[in-house]
Amino acid sequence: MAMEKMSIAKALNESLRKALDTDPKVLIMGEDVGKLGGVFRITDGLQKDFGEDRVIDTPLAESGIVGTAIGLALRGYRPIVEIQFDGFVFPAYDQIVTQLAKMHARALGKIKLPVVVRIPYGGGIGAVEHHSESPEALFAHVAGLKVVSPSNASDAYWMMQQAVQSDDPIIFFEPKRRYWDKGEVETDSIPGPLHRAAVARTGSDLTLVAYGPMVKVCLEAAAAAQEEGKSIEVLDLRSMSPIDFDAIQTSVEKTRRLVVVHEAPVFYGSGAEIAARITERCFYHLEAPVLRVGGYHVPYPPARLEDEYLPGLDRVLDAVDRSLAY
Amino acid sequence: MTVESTAASKPRRSSKRTSAVKTPARTSAKTPAKTPQSSEPELVQLLTPEGERVEHPDYEIDLTAEELRGLYRDMVLTRRFDAEATALQRQGELGLWASLLGQEAAQIGSGRALRDDDYVFPTYREHGVAWCRGVDPTNLLGMFRGVNHGGWDPNSNNFHLYTIVIGSQTLHATGYAMGVAKDGADSAVIAYFGDGASSQGDVAESFTFSAVYNAPVVFFCQNNQWAISEPTEKQTRVPLYQRAQGFGFPGVRVDGNDVLACLAVTRSALERARRGEGPTLVEAFTYRMGAHTTSDDPTKYRADEERASWEAKDPILRLRTYLEKQGSADEAFFTALDEESETLGKRVREAVRAMPDPDPMAIFDHAYADGNPLVDEERAQFAAYQASFADSDSAEEGK
Ligand SMILES: Cc1ncc(C[n+]2csc(CCOP(=O)(O)OP(=O)(O)O)c2C)c(N)n1
Repeated sequence: MAMEKMSIAKALNESLRKALDTDPKVLIMGEDVGKLGGVFRITDGLQKDFGEDRVIDTPLAESGIVGTAIGLALRGYRPIVEIQFDGFVFPAYDQIVTQLAKMHARALGKIKLPVVVRIPYGGGIGAVEHHSESPEALFAHVAGLKVVSPSNASDAYWMMQQAVQSDDPIIFFEPKRRYWDKGEVETDSIPGPLHRAAVARTGSDLTLVAYGPMVKVCLEAAAAAQEEGKSIEVLDLRSMSPIDFDAIQTSVEKTRRLVVVHEAPVFYGSGAEIAARITERCFYHLEAPVLRVGGYHVPYPPARLEDEYLPGLDRVLDAVDRSLAY
Repeated sequence: MTVESTAASKPRRSSKRTSAVKTPARTSAKTPAKTPQSSEPELVQLLTPEGERVEHPDYEIDLTAEELRGLYRDMVLTRRFDAEATALQRQGELGLWASLLGQEAAQIGSGRALRDDDYVFPTYREHGVAWCRGVDPTNLLGMFRGVNHGGWDPNSNNFHLYTIVIGSQTLHATGYAMGVAKDGADSAVIAYFGDGASSQGDVAESFTFSAVYNAPVVFFCQNNQWAISEPTEKQTRVPLYQRAQGFGFPGVRVDGNDVLACLAVTRSALERARRGEGPTLVEAFTYRMGAHTTSDDPTKYRADEERASWEAKDPILRLRTYLEKQGSADEAFFTALDEESETLGKRVREAVRAMPDPDPMAIFDHAYADGNPLVDEERAQFAAYQASFADSDSAEEGK
């Protein structure tokens, strides 16, 4: 095989197909994942090819979906469950937090829970409420879970492969407004570890850290800043738990300035964790306080205001200017 | 007719219903031979798809010609409103629409059974119930247009906000009903949800709570056969109304395309609640004629013939046939209603197009009732940021 250009949605679909094909213990479960292929068509055609025993339309019960996936995993299966939208994971939150995250530790490592929970997340698609949220910090705060989000097709493909193979539960956040963005996928190459951050663009004046849907915005901001003679490095975090602090440190030691960008509210968000750790690690390198750009401490707004709410190019550049002004 | 349906109006017989879950719903053995019989023996039905009036021993209803015309008018206008909203979505005026097409009888029948002091907890498709509550239909569109998350004061019509997370509102309804009972009031509460939502833990928990606390709540499940792409068989292996049995209260299945039966059955369940006899589950057996929402493509998962078979059971058509046969409505009535429909459509269209985008500062407006210094700080930062675009319109809004 070789290089192929495909959308993030297609890359996920291909990756799930490969997972089902490779390991008979892999299952896909969720609402509408069968005939419909999921509301975003990520599982399109999989039930047709692998049957209703492998690609399972579940009752409309998220606690039930995750809870039974835990049981299936205890029995040796590797379930990949789909939560239809970010806001609907909360009925399953109890199972994820009180059970999925902790069972391995409680069993003194004797059992493994290779469950992947796929969640299309984030805003920018003009949806009604509960369809646009970024709850990643709520999961990253819980020990026992790994939380990741790809920002491009190649990562979507490979990170899903790695997530399925992981013996730990993975919360796999898919940036839904990027589903249709296309990129090159090298289906043969062996990727780096799942938690490793990637330098999406090199630069020397300031580091932007982002993940998922905001990586594209940061790359655009960096390109715009370039025209003003500013050299911005963009780091794609890829994993929100664990976080590759070494990669951020390396970058910040070079650029001496850091801005963290995410859609989720800034307050208690992943940017707070990054800012605190990097301040500890890089205090004498920093020329400016670590700044954060993200959502406000308000409910995710109705669609007609989401462009005001979501960090866009201007808000990122504004933070870049403020950092450089120190 | 089933044992359970009988129980809905005669709760004291509930102890005799123990075998009902195991036995499939039975036919009309109890129906006196003289009376015309329902063409759908498992459902409570008072008006057949052919527009024949039939009797049911437990659900008598006697409506005046005017009342019948009123139900017809409600259904026609609701359908017109729904069609207009669907069209507005296609024209880009709404981001999304969840059509109620086909479910008018379930909603108008149950909605018209309510008293003003009853309280409604809808899901996201109850446009017909909202109509019965006197909620201005244009208020329903703000959420789908993306200018707000609700758009009406729930207490002004005792009609709660739409709930998108499926099943959540059944617990709110139960708690509200517990409050009603504590207050010694004799009003009732009704919670709407779908067949898919019936699988949610919240719904099971609301059944438990309402039974244990004998809450005056009616659970009105519109079984429209589909939960997006999943048929009801993916949610349950017993008829949904039979679920109630295991929780200790009656369940009844009603022809959801028969507005008279929906009215009679809901009325009876509400009266039972008012009498302090606790919850009832009503399963309105109906059909979603359109897509799940305007984002959905039903051709991926269901056959055209299925829809066609339900068209023959159209709730509006059958009442019209009955009205005409009875001579309860003349040509002038139908013509006037057509005009009224057009006027409504036009009003809705104009209202939506005139609906302004909210002021960006509105993001911060109602996050907290008591205020919050963090929100105040962020509001000020946001305003300053908006104002920094000195030469653009947003600079004005930012102040
Ligand atoms: C907790 C939760 N999970 C998933 C969804 C996405 N979703 C919205 S409507 C729907 C189907 C609901 O079907 P049903 O309850 O039968 O009601 P209907 O839409 O058919 O009226 C789904 C899966 C949701 N809104 N909430």
